[in-house]
Amino acid sequence: MKKIILLMFLTTSPLLMAAGDYYIGEKVQTNIRSTESLRNGAKTYMNYCMGCHSMDFQRYNRVAEDLELSEDEMMNGLVLTDAKFTDKMTISMGDAQAKEWFGKTPPDLSVIAKARGLDWLYNFLINYYADPNSVTGWNNLTLPNASMPHVLWELQGIRKANFDIYDDEDGNEHKDFQNFEMVEAGLLSEQEYKDLARDLVNFLDYSSEPAQLIRMSYAPWVLLFLSLFTFMAYLLKVNYFRDIH
Amino acid sequence: MGKIASSSSKGGIGGWINDRLPVTQFYKDHLSEYYAPKNFNFWYFFGSLALLVLVNQIVTGIWLTMHYKPDADKAFGMVEYIMRDVPWGWLIRYLHTTGASAFFVVIYFHMFRGLLYGSFKKPRELVWIIGMLIYLALMAEAFLGYVLPWGNMSYWGAKVITQLFGAVPFVGDALVEWVRGDYVISDATLNRFFALHVVALPLAIVALVVLHIAALHTVGSNNPEGIDIKKHKDENGKPLDGIPFHPYYTVKDIFGVGVFLLIFLFIVFIKPDMGGLFLEHDNYVPADPLVTPALIKPVWYFTPFYAMLRAVPDMQLGALIMFAAIIVLFFLPWIDRSPVRSVRYRRWPFKLMLGLFAVSFCILGWLGMQAASELYKLMAQVLTAFYFFYFVWLFFYSRNEKYHEVPERIEDH
Repeated sequence: MKKIILLMFLTTSPLLMAAGDYYIGEKVQTNIRSTESLRNGAKTYMNYCMGCHSMDFQRYNRVAEDLELSEDEMMNGLVLTDAKFTDKMTISMGDAQAKEWFGKTPPDLSVIAKARGLDWLYNFLINYYADPNSVTGWNNLTLPNASMPHVLWELQGIRKANFDIYDDEDGNEHKDFQNFEMVEAGLLSEQEYKDLARDLVNFLDYSSEPAQLIRMSYAPWVLLFLSLFTFMAYLLKVNYFRDIH
Repeated sequence: MGKIASSSSKGGIGGWINDRLPVTQFYKDHLSEYYAPKNFNFWYFFGSLALLVLVNQIVTGIWLTMHYKPDADKAFGMVEYIMRDVPWGWLIRYLHTTGASAFFVVIYFHMFRGLLYGSFKKPRELVWIIGMLIYLALMAEAFLGYVLPWGNMSYWGAKVITQLFGAVPFVGDALVEWVRGDYVISDATLNRFFALHVVALPLAIVALVVLHIAALHTVGSNNPEGIDIKKHKDENGKPLDGIPFHPYYTVKDIFGVGVFLLIFLFIVFIKPDMGGLFLEHDNYVPADPLVTPALIKPVWYFTPFYAMLRAVPDMQLGALIMFAAIIVLFFLPWIDRSPVRSVRYRRWPFKLMLGLFAVSFCILGWLGMQAASELYKLMAQVLTAFYFFYFVWLFFYSRNEKYHEVPERIEDH
């Protein structure tokens, strides 16, 4: 009996379809070299995300250095806790509390951009909608039944999603997303909110590998040097092989 | 007073050393007076490149080891520590991870060169067999190294691969437990994999590489024409179509190294994860025994064999077929019975089949990365069958093969 119930659930649940291929409505264009964008993202992260999501491998002083912020600007302007400048960006919420409140520990976001990809993160942030049937009151197109509520709702506003629900010939229920409908406007316009999401994703991308700033800046010089080296090596080789027939 | 020095002693520090250890003779035998055919082409860069990548893996590996702890609770964080807090740690790690993939790119080219020009044939059978042993050791080394970052794909990859030992009859389950050092993949597994990855296998690989080169230098290098250059020597015993490895091929290989490094460092600096091909997305999630990745697949260089494993419904038989696919290569010197080495003097059936073999191996590699579907499974089955059919066909075809006449000497070009 259990198996039959499970089978019914598996075949009728529209959410399962989303498990493999996620809803990616639009791609995101980020610029890791834009310090302004990274600062905006860091600010949003500290204000809205860090209550629950740690960044255990990232340090405040590293972020300050890369985002060209002074210790004072970083620790008094951005950081809300009494952490030290050289500390890692950990949080005080324990695993036990987290499980009680959210059902699972909110993941550490140090390398989330590497794991999920930027488009996924961006779409996750912009595709929340109000859903009275869910535990949190919120649902997400990109990550259906996400256990995370819409933390940024104040900014984006409250939207509901319209679905086209129908049964196919086999009697399986399908649920196709149609559009979002704004129920209560947020503090930001749609474009402003998308910019905020983009900057936040940019910051997550930077945080997943702070070294990419250095890496990219070295790349042209390394390749230029190697091109010259290879060209010289080629001339040398040609010269040596001149007499070999 | 007895004198150790021989009559050839030149005196001085060099002479003193040479009387006790023939360094100069060694240098002559393997570099300045090792005569290699004068007609090496593109395919002959990959031997020296493999050596370069090996050195890169060892040197970067030593530095990574200085900052890593094989502890299931810490390993994932150690890698991030290397990426962030260790000065230039990111570069050392990317050189190592990109080096792993580059090693297989280079080795696959190197092996295909052998297939093209019949480099495995008499008298180079042992060169080929030792090379195959290096390939096997390299696969083990790469797999073990992949487990060390302790990401979720490390964990599940280790689980799937160690499970293969369960296919061994009678002692399978006990063997799996012995390999893992525990009932499940755990801290004990990580510790022993670390030991094998940084000590045991590198030692084995270096020893095998020495033997590979020693065997090669005993019989001499093959060439794109497949002509034996030792048949025609001048009055001093030097092959007429040979040139000293140093300076000619050292200089030429430096150029090859330049081109290789351009591509290699482009990847290291611009696209180190190659869009998930070299460093997989799921491995940026810490190991979690409770969460299975949506698609468990090995890194690209194993996927042709992984596709064979998945193509067979029965795990035991699949493991056997996958293993056989590697073992059959060892016997290539006796499977290909044609007296002609190079593809240049063989006729179209051989060229066609070798081409199809290479293409089907690549397609198998692609299939091994995809989520399983009925169509893909069928394709993998057909291609796996073709993989083995190639060797059966070659065994019979090469016996009375018609070929073009092979010239005595390498022509000027």
